Amino acid sequence: MKDQYRLIEFNLNGKDVACMVDCRASLTDMLRNDFRMTSVKKGCEVGECGACNVIIDGECYNSCIYLAVWARGKHIRTLEGLMGPNGELSDIQQAFIDETAVQCGFCTPGFIMSAVEILESGKLYTRDELRKLLSGHLCRCTGYENILNAVEKTMKKRLGIAE
Amino acid sequence: MIVGKSVPRVDAFDKVTGRAKYTDDLCDKSALLIRVVRSTIAHGFVKSVDIDQAMKVPGVVRIFTCFDVPDLPFPTAGHPWSVEEAHQDVADRLLLNQHVRYYGDDVAAVVAENEVACAQAARLVKVEYEELPFVLDPIEAMQDGQAQIHEGFPNNILKHTSIRNGNYEEARKEPGLICIDKWYTTPTVQHCHIENFICYAYEEAGKTVIVSSTQIPHIVRRTVGQAIGVPWGSVRIIKPYIGGGFGNKQDTLYEPLCGWICRQLGGRLVKIDIPREDTFISNRVRHAIKFHIISYVRPDGTYVARKLEMFSDQGAYASHGHSIAAKGMGCFPQMYPCPNVECDAYTVYTNKSVSGAMRGYGIPQAMFAFESHTDDVCKALGLDPVAFRRAHIMPVGFKDGFSKNENYYDTFNQCMDKAIAYMDYWKKREEFKDQTGPVRRGIGLSCFWYNTGVWPISLEHSSCRMVLNQDGTIQLQVGETEIGQGADTAYAQMAAEVIGLKDYRDVHVVSNQDTDVTPFGLGAYASRQTYMCGFSITQTGQILRQKILDYAQELTRMPVADLDIVDSNIIRTTDGRVLKSLSDLATEAFYSLTHSVHITAESTYQIKSNAYSFGCCVAEVEVDVPMCRCEVKRIINVHDCGKLINPALAEAQVEGGMSMGIGYALSEQLLYDAKTGRGLNNNLLDYKLSTTLDHPHLEAQFVENPEPTNPFGTKALGEPPATPVAPAIRNAILNATGVAVDDIPMNPKVLFKRFTEEGLIHDPWTHESLREEK
Amino acid sequence: MYDMKELYEAFSVQEAIELRLAHPQAQIIAGGSDVLVQMREGRRAGKELISIYLIDELRGVSLDEDGAIRIGSLTSFSHITKDPIIRKYINVLGEAVDLVGGPQIRNIGTIGGNTCNGVTSADSASTLHAWEAIVELTGPDGKRLVPIKEFYLKASTVDIREGEIQTAILIPKESYENTYGSYYKYAMRNAMDIATTGCSVNVRLSPDKQTFDRVRIAYGVAGPVPMRAPSAEALIQGKPLTLEQAEAFSLEVLKDINPRDSWRAPKAFRQHIAVEMAKRCLIEATKRCGGEVK
Repeated sequence: MKDQYRLIEFNLNGKDVACMVDCRASLTDMLRNDFRMTSVKKGCEVGECGACNVIIDGECYNSCIYLAVWARGKHIRTLEGLMGPNGELSDIQQAFIDETAVQCGFCTPGFIMSAVEILESGKLYTRDELRKLLSGHLCRCTGYENILNAVEKTMKKRLGIAE
Repeated sequence: MIVGKSVPRVDAFDKVTGRAKYTDDLCDKSALLIRVVRSTIAHGFVKSVDIDQAMKVPGVVRIFTCFDVPDLPFPTAGHPWSVEEAHQDVADRLLLNQHVRYYGDDVAAVVAENEVACAQAARLVKVEYEELPFVLDPIEAMQDGQAQIHEGFPNNILKHTSIRNGNYEEARKEPGLICIDKWYTTPTVQHCHIENFICYAYEEAGKTVIVSSTQIPHIVRRTVGQAIGVPWGSVRIIKPYIGGGFGNKQDTLYEPLCGWICRQLGGRLVKIDIPREDTFISNRVRHAIKFHIISYVRPDGTYVARKLEMFSDQGAYASHGHSIAAKGMGCFPQMYPCPNVECDAYTVYTNKSVSGAMRGYGIPQAMFAFESHTDDVCKALGLDPVAFRRAHIMPVGFKDGFSKNENYYDTFNQCMDKAIAYMDYWKKREEFKDQTGPVRRGIGLSCFWYNTGVWPISLEHSSCRMVLNQDGTIQLQVGETEIGQGADTAYAQMAAEVIGLKDYRDVHVVSNQDTDVTPFGLGAYASRQTYMCGFSITQTGQILRQKILDYAQELTRMPVADLDIVDSNIIRTTDGRVLKSLSDLATEAFYSLTHSVHITAESTYQIKSNAYSFGCCVAEVEVDVPMCRCEVKRIINVHDCGKLINPALAEAQVEGGMSMGIGYALSEQLLYDAKTGRGLNNNLLDYKLSTTLDHPHLEAQFVENPEPTNPFGTKALGEPPATPVAPAIRNAILNATGVAVDDIPMNPKVLFKRFTEEGLIHDPWTHESLREEK
Repeated sequence: MYDMKELYEAFSVQEAIELRLAHPQAQIIAGGSDVLVQMREGRRAGKELISIYLIDELRGVSLDEDGAIRIGSLTSFSHITKDPIIRKYINVLGEAVDLVGGPQIRNIGTIGGNTCNGVTSADSASTLHAWEAIVELTGPDGKRLVPIKEFYLKASTVDIREGEIQTAILIPKESYENTYGSYYKYAMRNAMDIATTGCSVNVRLSPDKQTFDRVRIAYGVAGPVPMRAPSAEALIQGKPLTLEQAEAFSLEVLKDINPRDSWRAPKAFRQHIAVEMAKRCLIEATKRCGGEVK
């Protein structure tokens, strides 16, 4: 293979980075192996479970079916980028704790990143709309109930809507 | 009180920040990768394996075949070992197989530097087979002349057990009895934990260390020792955080193969990361079981004589084997006591994926059959399903002769009362009478029965270690594992309570088990851990307390009898005065020049009791008859699992189980091609587990009758939530449409068939086109 | 890590055409949600890929001078659903592609990829057939326009010639003017699924809203490629908005469609569903036109 390794420059969690990446690599491979972003989980590698979900230029993607070379010039965010500079949790992370939305925790990072996209839209969604917006993630532990609660409560809090 | 409070999980912070490390996150990237080459026939013998082309792939290091592995048959079930040979699990596995018994069986293993090389080489390994006939259905497999899957098991029957109470044949002759004779079928389903099975192995200090996504590290240590023929102590298993298990990881999966390959390569780091497709086919699945139930009933609903036959599909290897069918069968004479009962359960080998443990262990299957049958009996007799259950379900005071379990409270009625009130059951029942339109509603109920843990069938014990830190906090270690259910948090709460600590966060639970370090424990299964650890944490906590108070006596010169630990302080009970903080005491104990001691406690408690866990589910459905769709509109589970240690976690546990139950009822089924035995839908797209859009709000409620046998009054909760959901939905469909659906999943294909059979759907053109084709 | 032989990257249509000519055996990859999955399965393992995913000029929806709606081939499903032009004129296409997979899949999946893979279950395909869409291909000799019906040659094979890539999908004004559609995706669960059968109907009523002026109906998974049901379309034209007519229309589709038996669903079941969907989609589309089937 010619040009098997290509130099990719992009922004990861607010920081400009560069990486010589095997062009056969998925974005999951690059984030896990080259940047040790281990919150990006592998559950199916074919875009069905949502465990590897990351935000690319403001939209959510399953990084397992996204070629690493496509990261060129993009702004990519993973769960590792959510914490504040002094180690503060973001409101959505805190809500996942408070609402018991975490069990085995393997789907959690992917869900939280979708929640971030939803919350940053600044829109108020109904419970059913939230179900649809989160439907790209499979969870076998929770029945989704508390995950929906965490996202809904955080959304309302941000929008200043009382429960 | 710390026990009984909805405190946040001890591991939640790490899990919402990505700090929680799972097996793959811990494995060094220098690991060689292992890929299993799988059989492409359902049954036969491997004649030869040609690896020449595969070895030429750049990056391939070694290829092991079924002709290379030791001839040491081993068992895989996550059961405690039995020192009595008769009670040991069937040892019918090898690391790789010359006699392949299902499509996907392990034939060879490629070891390579990267996954592309693994995949390329695996495709290039040429396997020559001598094909044998295969059989996919357990009842067929029992017939004479069928494929013989294992030596020594005639007619492929792994095991057959029976129950005979009273005299069924005589009793059914009573005049005036009504006979309800029906079959019920449950499907093969898979656990679908989001983290696939993965493990890696390396050698260190002369030991084979295996880091594995397992529920049962101490059991796996034993089976690896057995499988590769090394002393058990030379194997070390480490269990990090795991991304769900649900019983699939209550089995030895690929740890022995990984460990053996590691040793063949001089102890090099090797990793086996099972792809999702193989997780479906070549890990474990839930036993598909066919039930035949015959009930002879008096018109008032009294059961006079009952017969049960169960045919449990074991798949290709024994794994947990007959234990599943036996547990299901054991429930039959207990849940609706009847003086004359005949039960026979057969567990039968077939050429399919191996069935093992899965959340509920035979009870989801049994509840679907038994509680569907209950409503069929009600329908035949014109009785109300709630009234019937109130009259005939296991009465208060019932005691099972074998387990010695006792029904101490009027739990079934209390649970039904709560569910009925929440669902507005009676009003709905009235509303849903005599519907005729294309879209109909229905409401249905199911109760459930469950035993906590495995005593007296098998060993139950728990070991616990507590270590006092300099600051008065403690480290806690048990062999019972956190797999997502929240066990560590419950342990912290119980330990804090027993010792008298201020906060459950003062208990640092060492979450990861390491068989070299962690006290021996059996692991996560049978909904046992909170119940069992309740004993060992209480006992060990009392030992630690005693040691602390003894030391406090030295420091305070007060008699131990007048001392107590409250809110992490040593207090004098006579006046309640705080004499010393626990942290001061601990620091003193560590560094005192007079008497320095590291205060620790460790003990094992063998549990020789068990406890019933009961409850019910009520579901309301909307059935779109022409579209052959059933949608669950509202649903509730009510559980009596004794006193709740952590209500929020308990609720979450129930919701997850309900979700799994809804999938079991309506959509999940692993399918096999009848012509080849190949899995057809072994991926998360074609296998339909519920998404966020596939169920409504899940309501979880509790009745908290304290369990008298347990120090915290608690009992099984992990598995029971998945057990009553399918029959409740099925009974709701029956209520809506009058159609009894006796096969799950009740997906549109099944509903189309049943609605057509019952005349709710009549497609003239289908019949015409069929005629034309002929 | 994907088992690919080479990866060629195009950043403009011109580069893509050059790479296509230079490597005629290479597989085009847009969003990759099909190609990469198949590569991992082994079906396309070892292939060369031409990535066109980063050609930004192929993204977006606009109106051509003749009123045709132009959808750039790399426009993602989620962007189609959100697009104001789509919402205003052919909202049903936005609704249909909003039922593909889940949100992340709708962000990566493109309408070009959805049509070029030639599969019958594509959620966009039946609606595009019902709108009589035109496929725009750009090659060394410039642009070539192909009606979508002719674009599909057979299962998994579409009419893309040497050196070409698909650059847009056009919906002619005469297709969508005063016309409203309804799509029904029949699947075994409500997200992350492929259609067991999909049905897209669009309706134009007479000015008095008493009769069907023009009806188009197309299916996915009713045959090897997405297909129209011309017999049903002809039958309903000019007929009054009655339930009887709707039922006759829906039964008539059986003359055109040819679903098959598979482990996913038996033929008789697919036929049953196809008929019921036709009826429901017709009633709904009529409602969106301001009429009512009675």
